[in-house]
Amino acid sequence: MKEQARDAVGDYRFGFHDPENATIRFDSGLSEEVVRNISAIKEEPQWMTDIRVKALHHFFERPMPEWGNSEMLDGIDFESICYFLKSSAGTETSWDEVPDDIKRTFDRLGIPDAEQKWLGGVTAQYESEAVYHSIRDDLEEQGVIFLDMDSGLKEHEDIVKQYFGSVVPYSDNKFSALNTAVWSGGSFLVIPEGVHVEMPVQAYFRINAKNMGQFERTLIIAKAGSSIHYVEGCTAPSYSTESLHSAVVELIAEEGSHIRYSTVQNWSSNVYNLVTKRGVAHKNASIEWVDGNIGSKLTMKYPAVILKGEGAHAEVISVAYAGEGQHQDAGSKVHHLAPRTTSRILSKSISKNGGRSSYRGMVQVSPKAHGCKVSVVCDALLLDEDSRSDTYPTMEVANNSCGVEHEASVSKVSGDQLFYLMSRGHTEEEAMGMIVNGFFEPFTKELPMEYAVELNRLLEMEMEGSIG
Amino acid sequence: MVTPLLSIEDIHVDVDGNQVIKGLSMEIRKGEVHAIMGRNGAGKSTLAHVLMGHPDYEVTSGSVRFLGRPLEELEVWERARAGMFLSFQYPQAIPGVQVGTFLRKSVQAVRGDDAPSNKELRMEMKKAMEALGVDRSFLARYVNDGFSGGEKKRLEILQMLLLTPELAILDETDSGLDIDTLRTVATGINSVAENSGCLVITHYQRLLDYLKPTHVHVMIDGAIVMTGGPELALEVEEKGYDWLQPTGTTGVLP
Ligand SMILES: Nc1ncnc2c1ncn2[C@@H]1O[C@H](COP(=O)(O)OP(=O)(O)O)[C@@H](O)[C@H]1O
Ligand SMILES: [Mg+2]
Repeated sequence: MKEQARDAVGDYRFGFHDPENATIRFDSGLSEEVVRNISAIKEEPQWMTDIRVKALHHFFERPMPEWGNSEMLDGIDFESICYFLKSSAGTETSWDEVPDDIKRTFDRLGIPDAEQKWLGGVTAQYESEAVYHSIRDDLEEQGVIFLDMDSGLKEHEDIVKQYFGSVVPYSDNKFSALNTAVWSGGSFLVIPEGVHVEMPVQAYFRINAKNMGQFERTLIIAKAGSSIHYVEGCTAPSYSTESLHSAVVELIAEEGSHIRYSTVQNWSSNVYNLVTKRGVAHKNASIEWVDGNIGSKLTMKYPAVILKGEGAHAEVISVAYAGEGQHQDAGSKVHHLAPRTTSRILSKSISKNGGRSSYRGMVQVSPKAHGCKVSVVCDALLLDEDSRSDTYPTMEVANNSCGVEHEASVSKVSGDQLFYLMSRGHTEEEAMGMIVNGFFEPFTKELPMEYAVELNRLLEMEMEGSIG
Repeated sequence: MVTPLLSIEDIHVDVDGNQVIKGLSMEIRKGEVHAIMGRNGAGKSTLAHVLMGHPDYEVTSGSVRFLGRPLEELEVWERARAGMFLSFQYPQAIPGVQVGTFLRKSVQAVRGDDAPSNKELRMEMKKAMEALGVDRSFLARYVNDGFSGGEKKRLEILQMLLLTPELAILDETDSGLDIDTLRTVATGINSVAENSGCLVITHYQRLLDYLKPTHVHVMIDGAIVMTGGPELALEVEEKGYDWLQPTGTTGVLP
């Protein structure tokens, strides 16, 4: 594998680093050559190479979005990013086979431990590819397919070909085009008809190198009457230079199935996090996005659900925490295309130390979608005067038989709340941490317990040393 | 002589640029129960807030010592950890924070090294909740969020029992309570009073039927105009406040 990979990139300007660790690191910069080489290293079928190249040209031609934080977006230097970095020879199914330094990182992040205790399967991606992957035997016996996306393409080309880009076409936006051009890693998950996966399945994404670009691609297909809870986490070391994370996630929930997709995003504050997540829910299916954005420099992410079948349900519960120098531009999109579809959007954001959070949401109800129910609630909490919160809600309801509720609030932490908590022996920072955790509770309680505890600890740490 | 738990010497307090407390002195020792009575607006809550350290209240002159230490040296949470407890007239809601978690964290913060283990604490909580007639389901609710007046006051007393204060200040803990709740709350206060000092703010005699104050103070317009024993509370109940005059206005006290 190593030799092959080397040959594939042989004479090109993409040099290797750390040959002794079997890594491939492309020189920074983006071109058709880069894209073709990623595809060649992965020995992909021609159709995939073709989509990648088409997507790349679309990316080049497509202007930057003019909404959102243009100033930050324009600051991305695409030429300084490394688009492919392979850090181990392959994807292992035993942690013992994973290179020591990488294993140590995941140990520190508590992944092998969590796997033992409460997960049905794990994929751990380091830079561009999965370094570890496993699924519990009983799930495999029930026919659940859980692979990293590269293996998914190799082993189930027909399924990938059918669904890849069917929910998020490359032309959807500039960053879905970029992802399609240079995607690497991510999860491929198929749950057979009627199978309920009781334990969550987890993916963990780690960026380790400087100026790294991580572009995982995830496809989850829940067959009729099945259910799955997929959890993902992500972190990166802090560098003074920027990294780029731009993923695409596509979900297909067939009739009566249930997909819950939970994310706790904690990128370091030098990471641009520009992600497209969308699911299609067929008749009586439900899709839930539980989306926590704590880290990154700029996040733009609006998990979407297309309610295509009658009686389908969408739920998007998201929280955003924007500290110094951060902008969390998050929200949700729901398209009601069929009758009696229901959706609930709950968005909570906290801004602190000059941080900025925006809720950007869109709910569309088509003329055919009779008897829909829509509920949108967004609450923002400002921890100081320098911080900022905006909401940009859009509702396009082309049907008057729908129940639509919309509430928005912006509040500040009151001095009396802080005083009350401090009178119970809590320092100002601890008091702030409790209020913040409480504000996020409607989100945290939807997470697996272990994640919730971790998230609360994270937020308490964010409050430390932050009050003058 | 033992150092008083609390000694207040001629304090003046400003709120929003207005003088609300106008020369007030008082000493509280272990085992004493002091009641402060006075009409709405007399400055009773202001006194409670000043003692606990609310940042909106400024002591412009005079001094307060708590356990022998100048109060201004202690931050709010340090006062709490040193053993001061305030049962609020208007307890704050903290949405999303469960009562159980809040109690555990507060006990750990206040009692520090002496805090019970989680298991011991669960026992303590169970006992205290039974004594106050509080249902277990209370623990899973969010602190004061959507609580009735009576529930809020019970939660205040529950906290007081678990935080084992040296000095408990109770600001109108009796108002809005039915007679049964009032009796339960009084039992709670009495159990704490044995080992600490209490400052009970009220404008009814009602609570004092169950509390047996050692000292009763009448506060009018930011000052204590009269101090006596339990009989003073009965007198106030009977005659109202009109026969008492603010210090300095008539200069004549009965
Ligand atoms: N935070 C505050 N801001 C402005 N005025 C206040 C504040 N707290 C109390 N006051 C004023 O101080 C006076 C005494 O109030 P308070 O101490 O609450 O009285 P009591 O508790 O005896 O009813 C009142 O005139 C009240 O309006
Ligand atoms: Mg009052």
